Amino acid sequence: MISAIMTTTPVIRIRDLCTRFGDIWIHRQLDLEIQRGELVSLVGGSGSGKTTLLRMVVGLLLPDSGSIEIFGEPLFGGGVVRERDLRQRFGVLFQQGALFSAFNVFDNIAFPLRELKRYDEDAIHDLVMLKLSMVELLPRHGKLMPAELSGGMIKRVALARALALEPELLLLDEPTAGLDPDRSDSFVRLIRMLGEELGLTVMLVTHDLDTLAALSTRVAVLAEQRILAYGTTEEIMQVDHPFIRNFFLSERSVRALQNSGLAAVL
Amino acid sequence: MSIARIEVIVREGGRHVRLSGRWTLATTSQRAAGLADELSRIADPASSWDCLELEAIDSAGAILLWRAWGRALPLQLSIRPEHWRIFERIDTADHEPRAAMVPISPLRGAMIIGTAVIGIGRHLIDFVALVGQFGLNLAHVVRYPADLPRREISANLYKSGVRAMPVTALVGFLIGVVLSYLSALQLKQFGADIFIVNIIGLGLVRELGPVLVAILVAGRSGSAMTAQLGVMRVTEEIDALATMGVPQGLRLVFPKVVALTIVMPLLVLWATAIALIGGMLSAQLQLDISYGFFFQTLPRVVPASNLWIGLVKGTVFGMFVALIACHFGLRVRPNTESLSSNTTASVVSAITVVIVIDAVFAIATRHIGLPL
Repeated sequence: MISAIMTTTPVIRIRDLCTRFGDIWIHRQLDLEIQRGELVSLVGGSGSGKTTLLRMVVGLLLPDSGSIEIFGEPLFGGGVVRERDLRQRFGVLFQQGALFSAFNVFDNIAFPLRELKRYDEDAIHDLVMLKLSMVELLPRHGKLMPAELSGGMIKRVALARALALEPELLLLDEPTAGLDPDRSDSFVRLIRMLGEELGLTVMLVTHDLDTLAALSTRVAVLAEQRILAYGTTEEIMQVDHPFIRNFFLSERSVRALQNSGLAAVL
Repeated sequence: MSIARIEVIVREGGRHVRLSGRWTLATTSQRAAGLADELSRIADPASSWDCLELEAIDSAGAILLWRAWGRALPLQLSIRPEHWRIFERIDTADHEPRAAMVPISPLRGAMIIGTAVIGIGRHLIDFVALVGQFGLNLAHVVRYPADLPRREISANLYKSGVRAMPVTALVGFLIGVVLSYLSALQLKQFGADIFIVNIIGLGLVRELGPVLVAILVAGRSGSAMTAQLGVMRVTEEIDALATMGVPQGLRLVFPKVVALTIVMPLLVLWATAIALIGGMLSAQLQLDISYGFFFQTLPRVVPASNLWIGLVKGTVFGMFVALIACHFGLRVRPNTESLSSNTTASVVSAITVVIVIDAVFAIATRHIGLPL
């Protein structure tokens, strides 16, 4: 069993990453590995470079130095076809959903499938309807325009679009930001259910403890320009560091963790 | 990665189909059509399906099978429980009520025309309301001068006036040169060289200067104003202003219209002057007409009333370009398509309206300023 784990390449491998905006270091010699099937939450104070790190993992930003490998392959180089094929293996859920405002919900989800140019419209219709039902939306919602959707629905449609190409890796930027506690709970439940069902590896950026406690198998704490601690929620809470203490042991956090049954560790 | 495989064993009582390998989007999409054909050939109600050897299946692979099975589970199917879930999902999705199709009405043609007419009517009503609002704002500012949005007006003067000077100068100069050059070629043939001053002077001061600048400004500042208001609507900035009790008419529309109304005649003056210099240069090179002669003759053959007509035209054009830009900017719906179509509509309408107004001016002022 142990040898099997050793031989699998991590889904995300970040090595020696350094980023600088002007004179300010965002990341300094940051290392992180995420194994297949894990749900990793990336937490950190605001401005600590969480979203920047996520954008680098998906190739929207370039680090100043260091390497990022997805499925054991570098993000860039090797020609357009290889780069595109690699990008089809992961889906991204942006903070605001980033739905194409000129398309309706159906066309938004169908877009990546149509871009493949390998399916006819009937098959695309079936696939889109399946995705809609996966994110608990109804076929009639397909005709709505993004401007007509509520915040929670936007996230669901964006999730359906991110899942359209059957990715192995899903990256979520603040999946529950801007949702009321009720919707945020049901969205988290949806992500967890789909994650288990589809065997996804998930990396999410969050500062919502409810989300973190409910979703993640592991937590990575980004502070002082590097991954300060990486482990299960219980392990992280044992770490003695001002940021971590502040983050997990404030009154509000304890309440959130109690709800999820983790407070026994405290 | 192992590919999707199909094995068929023919037995008495029907075919036995064994599926194995990975049935995922990555492995099946390349040959989706081929697999679909193969599956539909072997799928008949008597076949039994063995999916126990499947390594992985996702919705793309499952849909492929589902379609081959005629959108229902086959009677004889053996499948692993973890793969069963996806077919359950497809089954649920298939049985959800379809979105109702809107039937095409026999009166569709009439409806399209009707919608278009109502649409034009709405535009007119909205535009009249916008002009009315502008009038009310003007009255308000006259009564309460402290409410005059000075900063905004000044910013707009700079953006649509000062920043437009280089491009209007360049275009004006080139038009002056070209007009003068082409006229000179014709005039030479008749020996009517000195009339070059009349042609260039009248043409530029009365007609080309104002229209040219109006078209440039419509493309430059009009589109910018529409896009700005449009994005402010998309990002809810206009709503934010409204909740702070800042009237959008006074703060967003009024300064744009006032600024463009003030700045347009100045731009017309500037562009016309540069165009005349271009024409003068070209006339000197082509026809040997000296600068001194040009300067002396110009006021004689082009009465000052022409300049006034040009400036008044510029003022009116400026006001309309800004009003039209604001009109379309405030109509933008929060999506990219609406933003692009409204910006296009804004520029096209502004240029069309400028030319229509120009024609009206041409008729109304036909007895003024022509020395004949």
